[in-house]
Amino acid sequence: MNQFEYLRPASVAEAVAAASEPGAAFLAAGTNLLDLMKLGALRPSRLVDVTRLPELSNVEQLDGGGFRIGALVRNADLAREPAFAAAFPSVAEALLSGASAQLRNAASVGGNLMQHTRCAYFQDPASACNRRDPGTGCDALTGENRSHAVLGWSNACIATHPSDFSVPLVALDAVVEIAGPDGRREMALEDLYPLPDAHRAPESGLRPGEMVVSLRLPPEAASFRAHARYLKLRERTSFAFALVSAAAALRIEDGRILQARLALGAVAARPWRARAAEALLFGAVPSAENFGRAADAALADARPSGDNGFKIELARRVIKRVLLLAADGTPERMPALPASAFNLENGAVAHV
Amino acid sequence: MTLSISLTVNGVRTDVAIDDPRVTLLDLLRERLHLTGTKKGCDRGQCGACTVLVDGRRINSCLALAVSHDGAEVLTIEGLASGDRLHPVQAAFIDNDGFQCGFCTPGQIMSAIGLIAEAETGDDPERIREAMSGNLCRCGAHVGIIEAVLDARNRLAEDERRTA
Repeated sequence: MNQFEYLRPASVAEAVAAASEPGAAFLAAGTNLLDLMKLGALRPSRLVDVTRLPELSNVEQLDGGGFRIGALVRNADLAREPAFAAAFPSVAEALLSGASAQLRNAASVGGNLMQHTRCAYFQDPASACNRRDPGTGCDALTGENRSHAVLGWSNACIATHPSDFSVPLVALDAVVEIAGPDGRREMALEDLYPLPDAHRAPESGLRPGEMVVSLRLPPEAASFRAHARYLKLRERTSFAFALVSAAAALRIEDGRILQARLALGAVAARPWRARAAEALLFGAVPSAENFGRAADAALADARPSGDNGFKIELARRVIKRVLLLAADGTPERMPALPASAFNLENGAVAHV
Repeated sequence: MTLSISLTVNGVRTDVAIDDPRVTLLDLLRERLHLTGTKKGCDRGQCGACTVLVDGRRINSCLALAVSHDGAEVLTIEGLASGDRLHPVQAAFIDNDGFQCGFCTPGQIMSAIGLIAEAETGDDPERIREAMSGNLCRCGAHVGIIEAVLDARNRLAEDERRTA
């Protein structure tokens, strides 16, 4: 790990000022940052420790039913917050499907949203990576790329965003509140994750010195609570990143879908909102046939970026399954294996 | 620049001068405080051998920067037994063959204590398996480990009933 200067500011304004210097990085729990520093993939010259900043550790229910979550709330604490988990069950399920209990106890909300891709070439400082070192190329294109993107990629970068948490959040129109050298602003969470263009693969939509201070869920996001699920396919049932995941949220009245929300994880550099599929489901009967059509629409533009064509068919099946699960209804209790395909009948386990 | 932090480790308050901000909580425990019960396995948060409780919560000490934990209360495997009397979770690991080589065991035991405190699994073995998935055992003692956690959870619940 490289040597760095350690600063512990007392306010958001001080933190933003300290992080505006070139080479500075924010430190929350550090579960992703320290790992990448040990690998030499990231070499910040200054760490700005934000863990002691006041007022960023609250989960606040807003007038009208929305929620504001401070950037320093720990992943496990948010998933365990009863009012939050009841209003946004697919978000709690996604949180509990990520990492391990130890990591969820440490990792923060802001850190989860700002985590880096798990592309092996990004993590290896000896490899070419336009995302880590702009202009150097992309070794993933001709390398081990079976887990890489099938949507929204370019020859500059085929990495995927690894967060589970952000997938249902994007489906539910979450917003991030940002503090920076020029004051406060907010943006749709989706826009925090730029897609690569022909030459560049920027890591985030933030400007130098800016930090996510809170996450906000709009009041209408809670209207899906009765039919909201997250499903995650991976190479082992626990403590692994998704190969493909999906979050579905439905509003169903009199046997018809009044509103559908759908987002895919691990298929692109951002959580992938499937708006064409959502539109198809408007007014539709919740059936396997209609969900299959929605899945086809969601993947219409997908193409392999390497040895990963199987992810397109996998994504179709995940979408169909997660929509069926959502239509069945949110389980009363969190499934034993959150977001796992091995849960039967809303939480019972098919042990394999 | 030397920074000074204060930690309460296994109930004892300790001031530590940190001359290099790169030191992790794991390295501080092992190299500065000579508490080598906490193990360094992968050093990347993937194996769980370094699990300790910080302010009552289980975390991977290999991915925690020591300077960032000024003022924290840390509990390690060395802080569990009272003299020769083992902590109920330690005793349950012995009684249920919850280990073979023993390298992952301190992390497994600290993780199990964290799990029991979180009180989310009940006595469902599947929930316990899921909640222990951050601790790998290369000897493959997971069956005994899950039995040990179940047994320990029941013993602690029984103790609580008796003292209530």
